[in-house]
Amino acid sequence: MDLFEYQGKEFFAEYGMPVSPGELAFTTEEAVTAAENLGCPVMVKAQVHTGGRGKAGGVKFAASIDEVSEHAENILGLDINGHIVERLWIEKASDIAEEYYASFTLDRSAKKHLGMLSAEGGVEIETVAEENPEAIARIWIDPVEGLSEGNCRNWVKEAALPEQANEGAVEILLKLYEAYVDGDADLVEINPLILTEDGKVHVLDAKVTLDSNSVFRHENYVDFDQTQTRDEREMAAHSKGLQYVGLEGEVGVIANGAGLAMSTVDVVNQVGGRPANFLDIGGGANADVMTAALEVINNDPAVRSIFINIFGGITRGEEIANGIIDALDRVEMRSPIVIRLDGTNADEGRAILEPHLSQTLQVAPTMLDGAEQAVALAKGMNN
Amino acid sequence: MSIFVNSETKVIYQGLTGSQGKYYGLLNRDYGTKVVAGTNPKKAGTDVEGIPIFASVAEAVGETGATASCIFIPAPGVRSAVLEAAQGGVDFIVAITEGVPAHDEALFYNQLRKDFPNVQLLGPNCPGIISPGECNIGITAGHIALPGGPVGIVSRSGTLTYQALHELKEKGIGCTTCVGIGGDPVPGTSFIDCLAAFEADPDTKAVMMIGEIGGSAEEEAAEFISNNMTKPISAYIAGVTAPPGKKMGHAGAIVSGGKGTAKAKMEALEEAGVKVGNNPTEAGDLMAEIVSQL
Repeated sequence: MDLFEYQGKEFFAEYGMPVSPGELAFTTEEAVTAAENLGCPVMVKAQVHTGGRGKAGGVKFAASIDEVSEHAENILGLDINGHIVERLWIEKASDIAEEYYASFTLDRSAKKHLGMLSAEGGVEIETVAEENPEAIARIWIDPVEGLSEGNCRNWVKEAALPEQANEGAVEILLKLYEAYVDGDADLVEINPLILTEDGKVHVLDAKVTLDSNSVFRHENYVDFDQTQTRDEREMAAHSKGLQYVGLEGEVGVIANGAGLAMSTVDVVNQVGGRPANFLDIGGGANADVMTAALEVINNDPAVRSIFINIFGGITRGEEIANGIIDALDRVEMRSPIVIRLDGTNADEGRAILEPHLSQTLQVAPTMLDGAEQAVALAKGMNN
Repeated sequence: MSIFVNSETKVIYQGLTGSQGKYYGLLNRDYGTKVVAGTNPKKAGTDVEGIPIFASVAEAVGETGATASCIFIPAPGVRSAVLEAAQGGVDFIVAITEGVPAHDEALFYNQLRKDFPNVQLLGPNCPGIISPGECNIGITAGHIALPGGPVGIVSRSGTLTYQALHELKEKGIGCTTCVGIGGDPVPGTSFIDCLAAFEADPDTKAVMMIGEIGGSAEEEAAEFISNNMTKPISAYIAGVTAPPGKKMGHAGAIVSGGKGTAKAKMEALEEAGVKVGNNPTEAGDLMAEIVSQL
């Protein structure tokens, strides 16, 4: 789950990190009111789940209320990498002397937490990593041992921040690590972490990704789930508890298991088609989950054919076939369907499907054949 | 022969009294797995269809001599279940449960390395392990695998593993052991652990590897293969066309910051001499070709 900047800052503030006062605004009027409350100058900042806001014109300095109004007008509705700006964060402006970078994330190959700190902040860390890798001080932290103050101090020294920033940086980084672990974050990033003109280290931006698997011990994360960026199809699928990712094509894909679903998307591409989605219905493949899956795909106006790719393991072919037939009774389908059913009792399952087959409900012997048939149907070549 | 588990392996099921644990525990016993005990502190002294329930893993190990444990506990309890199993004295732990927080996984992975270096954890979020004809721990349908070898399988994906077992069986090719390492960010057992074990197993003559997008486990495996493997390998990587920044079902299957793409993984494996298929069927055909030349 990705947090907006303002949510990230609220999260950081709970752990005692210094952030600027600010208010959320959905309209130009609200932005103006927020700026009046805070007092100019302020920053007008687009709240979107993507990077590159500054370059896209989504972050502006406003010296006066008139400027707040002008910037808010321009930024609301702006398209930043496909994300439309619907909310603004109006924040008291800071006097910036220097910009740094700080983050914690999981290093999957080291299987330890990785802290990164750089005196070169304000730009994308990937760019720094590429052009000037020695400018990033890295620390690997054993989750069992945690981050001690001594190790944190050495790490900050290694990053060669100016002397006057060291104390403040150590204090913030220890709190940032606490927020990262305690909050079950996949990523916490401050870019930039700034030194102000009057010598204080301060959090100027917040990028936070939380682990959705940890919701059971963080009840408030349900609120963050509500503000995730999802297209309409993804929203509908999410509300039905389906693992769905919207794609750009015309062939709807349903498969059981994440790997098989991914593989099905690949194969549709390989035979010259374009998948409309990734959809994993899990191992069971019963009528209820199949109905939910078909409904979601049926509601996608781009879909012109559907490929159902099921491998029966513990769940037998008959059960899967009956589930599909049952689901088709419940949903009025707009697009033709190709089914590939393999694995346990696949023959028995295919026999159940047999009497229902037609131009618009076909079976295929293999995954490749199924993908080819579905792609041909989407292109209208079989009609 | 097989790796990690065989016909002698005695297994405890943590969560045997729950619905999933009971369902798969009994299926595993029907397959021939030595399911010797279950644990549940509230139901100690009872049994599940003749399988005795103990209060803790330590007690179950003491009474039965079990050396492996299989965890069917809901995600919030997995962290303590893994540590209980290690402390209880088993040396092989299979955690089936999905949805375990990544911080928990990182924590118990490192805790095991430090305090229980001889314990091998498989999972979480994995289908388990099967040495066909000998032992099946987890949720794999046993009958889709043909016993006897010569192929060892290691995979990050459940259903693609079944697909692989099925395709090999259709071609009359058997499997020594099939290990599902799971799709989470910190898997207890890596590709490399399995490749090393297959290399050392005299009955395994070739290895099939199924990877997916995200992380760099396949690239690390490729490096290990270049330096250490003498046995031929075929591979398939799922997610060639996955869009960046989207989790494809598995918590670990995500391309981020241009890293973890299927293309990079396939190239690394090909450079290491692995025969890489563009889809599971092609990888199966490549394996059949390898087996015919053994």
